[in-house]
Amino acid sequence: MASATQHRIKKRALKTAHFLGLFLAMSLICIPGLWVVLNSFRPTIEIMAKPPVWMPQSLSLDHYRAMFGGAGEGGIPVMTYFRNSLIISITSTVIALLVGMAGGYAFARYSFKAKGMMFVALMASRAVPGVALSLPLFIIFGRTGIIDTHFGLILVYVAMNVPFTIWLIDGFFRQVPKELAEAAEIDGCTRWQAFWKVEFPVARSGIASAGIFAFLTSWNEYALASQLTRSTTSKTMPVGLLDFTSQFTLNWGGMCALAVLMIIPALLLTFVVQKHLIAGLTFGGVKG
Amino acid sequence: MFRAKLPPWLVLLLPAFIIILAVVAIPLILSLYSSFTPYHLTRPDTLWKWTGSFNYIKAASDANFWKAFGRTVLLLTIALNTEMLLGLGLALMVSKVTRGQRALRTAMMFPMMFSPILVGFQFKFIFNDNVGLVNNALQSLGLTDVAIPWLVDGNLAMFAIIFAEVWTSTSVFAILILAGLFAIPQDPLEAAKVDGCTPWQSFRFVTLPFLMPFIYIAMAIRSLDVARAYDIVQVMTNGGPARRTELLWTLIGRTGYVDARMGYANAMGYIAILMSIGFTIYFFLKLQTARRELGMGEM
Repeated sequence: MASATQHRIKKRALKTAHFLGLFLAMSLICIPGLWVVLNSFRPTIEIMAKPPVWMPQSLSLDHYRAMFGGAGEGGIPVMTYFRNSLIISITSTVIALLVGMAGGYAFARYSFKAKGMMFVALMASRAVPGVALSLPLFIIFGRTGIIDTHFGLILVYVAMNVPFTIWLIDGFFRQVPKELAEAAEIDGCTRWQAFWKVEFPVARSGIASAGIFAFLTSWNEYALASQLTRSTTSKTMPVGLLDFTSQFTLNWGGMCALAVLMIIPALLLTFVVQKHLIAGLTFGGVKG
Repeated sequence: MFRAKLPPWLVLLLPAFIIILAVVAIPLILSLYSSFTPYHLTRPDTLWKWTGSFNYIKAASDANFWKAFGRTVLLLTIALNTEMLLGLGLALMVSKVTRGQRALRTAMMFPMMFSPILVGFQFKFIFNDNVGLVNNALQSLGLTDVAIPWLVDGNLAMFAIIFAEVWTSTSVFAILILAGLFAIPQDPLEAAKVDGCTPWQSFRFVTLPFLMPFIYIAMAIRSLDVARAYDIVQVMTNGGPARRTELLWTLIGRTGYVDARMGYANAMGYIAILMSIGFTIYFFLKLQTARRELGMGEM
């Protein structure tokens, strides 16, 4: 009897510990982000209040109004940054996916000399830290005149995303049995048709997850963008965040509003394809 | 005619190679060359002066460089191990939840969507000594009266940076390990139970070996952009106060762009590049071995 009671107490204690641990972990994950969202709705006086105001007294859209109005807050052209970010991220993602599909297909379907070496070389090229790469790119882009253009940044982001895209897509093409495409070819398809009609639909979720990663990388990248963009013609949102800082002050409220604007597209996109994302990472990696 | 002669795999890989050659390989050759010159941004003619290994010797004898190097290695070691352990713990906890697990998984991915630069500002705000969340909470709870200078004191600033870094990247580990936990075959676990293993033993000798490839994937993915910590540090402290949180990357950025000493910055950059590449290759090789052990196909 005694041991049964003891057992039950132990079980309950474990359950409580599990719940508490999970609650603590989830709060740590969520609170910093939610705090930024909350502050984007609070007036600056309340953010700066000492002693702190814990219960928000007044919520307003002032920071958003100032941000989109462009007139206040030193006239930061947020919408232009948003457009630049969108153009650069989408274009570079599409190109990286096309190049990555070709490369991934080559790695999955053909065997050739030094394949493993080539693969590692590809990955190593992705590991070059942005800030170290930005020094020579800054010099070259400055000489060729493509500094501060959409084209320059798109080019860089395609190169950044291609290795990872190839890795993920390669893993997905490997999951498609070779026989499937061969059967289609016997039935009179060309290799090109077999690819689009048989292999592409099966690997679609992997391609989707590669696309999300490419998009998020371009959307969030800072180290290269901060050096390769100079003016509103090509500045992206991560670089635009710095416009809210001046030498001694920081406009926290305005910055939080821009932060929310940056997170929303990423959030929507990630949640829509959440399932593919996890599958893409694990299967692309493990089975690839 | 010309295309017919190339093997199809080369044609397919050619676009990828051309673009990487143009954006990564050629600039790296240029930066290798310029690291042997005293190239100064404001004096273009200095690019043609060859000084041999002068910049490298200068870096090797620069105490600031070695301090930044050591700090970078220390940051990566602490951050990656903490992320791995916390990610493992989080994944184990979430996998035990039966109701509302989908919602938890979704919330878990929240930090992955934040741009590193945004994470930097977010934690600069949270650790702000005057209006930050941490100090406000500590003071309201009566735990302290003074404003703790989180980002001003060297050690505290390093802690704040590691905290921010761990916050962003733990979820990468947690999600991948969680996927691994779901893929574990149940038979060996039951066999272990029948054979009288304690929960710890079956975790240590059955679950963990199976999870290793997943942990290596997470490490491999993370190793591709460890330098993202640059964004966080640059915003939170910019290497300060008085260089006490200076990392290799912030040191390179400052030398190159603020001091305009490109040649010297490129020499230090090369050391950072070799470190990153070595790190990536190490984890990819580990991943391949782990895969082979589980019989999950060859590279």
